[in-house]
Amino acid sequence: MEIWISQLFNGLSVSSILLLIALGLAVTFGLMRVINMAHGEFIMIGAYGAYMTQQIFKSALPRSLFDAYFPVALLASFVLAFAIGYLLEVTLIRFLYGRPLDSLLATWGVGLMLQQLARTIFGAPNVAVSSPTWLDGGWALMPGVVLPYKRLFIIALVAFCLFAMYLYIYRSNAGRRMRAVMQNRDMAACLGISTRRVDAFTFAIGSGIAGIAGCALTLIGPIGPSIGTYYIVDAFMVVVLGGVGKLVGTVAGALGIGVFNTLFEWWTDASLGKVLVFLCIVAFLQWKPMGMFAVRSRSLDG
Amino acid sequence: MQWMSRLPRRAWLLIGYAAAAAALFSAPLYLNDFRLNLLAKCLAFAIVALGLDLLWGYTGILSLGHGVFFGLGAYAMAMHLKLAAGGSRIPDFMGWMGLTKLPWFWEPFKSFAFAAAMGLILPSALALLLGFFTFRNRIRGVYFTILTQALVIITVTLFVGQQAYTGGTNGLTGYTKLFGYSLTSGTAKTLAYLATAAALLAAFAVCRYLVNSRFGKVLRAIRDGENRTRFLGYDPAYYQMAVFAVSAGLAGLAGMLFVLHVGIISPTMMAIVPSIELVLLVAIGGRGTLIGAVIGAILLTQAKSQLSASYPDFWLFLLGALFIIVTVFMPGGIVGLIRQARQAILRRRSENEITLDSIVPKSNGVV
Repeated sequence: MEIWISQLFNGLSVSSILLLIALGLAVTFGLMRVINMAHGEFIMIGAYGAYMTQQIFKSALPRSLFDAYFPVALLASFVLAFAIGYLLEVTLIRFLYGRPLDSLLATWGVGLMLQQLARTIFGAPNVAVSSPTWLDGGWALMPGVVLPYKRLFIIALVAFCLFAMYLYIYRSNAGRRMRAVMQNRDMAACLGISTRRVDAFTFAIGSGIAGIAGCALTLIGPIGPSIGTYYIVDAFMVVVLGGVGKLVGTVAGALGIGVFNTLFEWWTDASLGKVLVFLCIVAFLQWKPMGMFAVRSRSLDG
Repeated sequence: MQWMSRLPRRAWLLIGYAAAAAALFSAPLYLNDFRLNLLAKCLAFAIVALGLDLLWGYTGILSLGHGVFFGLGAYAMAMHLKLAAGGSRIPDFMGWMGLTKLPWFWEPFKSFAFAAAMGLILPSALALLLGFFTFRNRIRGVYFTILTQALVIITVTLFVGQQAYTGGTNGLTGYTKLFGYSLTSGTAKTLAYLATAAALLAAFAVCRYLVNSRFGKVLRAIRDGENRTRFLGYDPAYYQMAVFAVSAGLAGLAGMLFVLHVGIISPTMMAIVPSIELVLLVAIGGRGTLIGAVIGAILLTQAKSQLSASYPDFWLFLLGALFIIVTVFMPGGIVGLIRQARQAILRRRSENEITLDSIVPKSNGVV
């Protein structure tokens, strides 16, 4: 029983990180038909943003303030990733709309360059970010089951981001414009929505959320220039499994992959677990080729 | 310049191919061992690029998983070489992992013919299987691409994880003999090179035949309008599966030859980055043209071996920049640039002299 609970908790924790990463991917793909392979590098940017914030706190501010660095780092990561995402959209991505395969290759190139840039600036070895002391320890749920505060914090953070994202997409004017563009770009443009601005802003938000994910990852372990590549393919599988265009699909996809990945790895071993998850996804797609929650459309070549 | 236009385009093409083939087959005469080995590697990659071009340039399906098919071919050949090197003993890494008996699936690889057949059949069969479960359900475009990338991840983790059977991260190496002859001698290297060149020519001929046949026409129709092709009574899924399998088989063939030249295969060589680099070979040369794939493979592999050793940092920046430049500014690749240049020249010439050609548009030859 104890081991089941802690495994499920681990699965939930993996899912929550995956969800944060896949959120931006699903939105950009649904909105612009652009596959952003450099998305993983925004995780890396966020993680190094947290690292730099910590270095600044260490060197410039009194020791007593050190524990306050983390909220600042979260904000810094978001802003940094948001800004770089906006820049990328304006300079490159907008030339690639509607060409998913080309955008995939071009953004892969961007990712490669960003990784190499990080390697040049920060060095190739991983760097460690010491987490704030108020996240040490864990919550003893029952004898034998201790849930680390760090992972609980990450889950709470993800829940918060998800809620904010929900409010933005479904309850704000900007979100309504975004959904309109997603459903019918030409019609939305005819009604006076600046699709250019919606695209750029949405891409930047997706990047910013990936930055938050990167900041959260610094709590779990050391970070390096290629940290994004570990997560990016899994995050894409979330998008494929969950379907494009609905928040709930991404959530369900992330939960499914995260939990099953953890469970299969527990039952078999790390390498076989991944194979089983892949087989399950392919099997599931036999049943629902467009993913769990696809937006229905009458167009044939949507 | 006048005499050039007298010969028909076809004849020029044939002369060009003959010259290229002659240059390839006489390369052992004018290249030293190191250069020859490098060229052999380039030609092996050119074979993968051909297959990938058939799939991506002609059918519009992007696979990021060709490293896996390449790797399967390479592993099949390496397993045979490893067994041949060890004689009656089991391969060294199995001993380190505590195996005492050769696993059953290694047993038939003692025969070269079986290993060579498996190097083609395994990748094709895997491609056919994946194709069966995706194309039939109309999973295509980026969804398919992402699935192939996931295939790379799981294959690499599987090969690294099952260390006792695959050699783990180190892969398979430490073999020098084929049919009892040393692979490191000059003669053997020349022979291996010639075999690769012959394989490339054969692959090129097969691809050209496929592309110009009715099958090739359907492939291009699928690329340009899958649903229209469906409405015309073709089932795209079977064509897609077939071309995916052929493409994977070519990658397997290239992998087998690659192992002969390099003497090692490890999971890193079939991971995500090498797989996507294979796509760049095609993109740079010019997708949708067979000769473009070959040109791209030779140029990029040469450039990589020159630059990545001496300036590794710069190489990665360049590689990233190449991905962006090719997709944004030159989607036709090098061959596309040459075509544009030729058209510009032709246009200028026809502005100067008013000929019948410039008034009546000449019917365009089949490319």
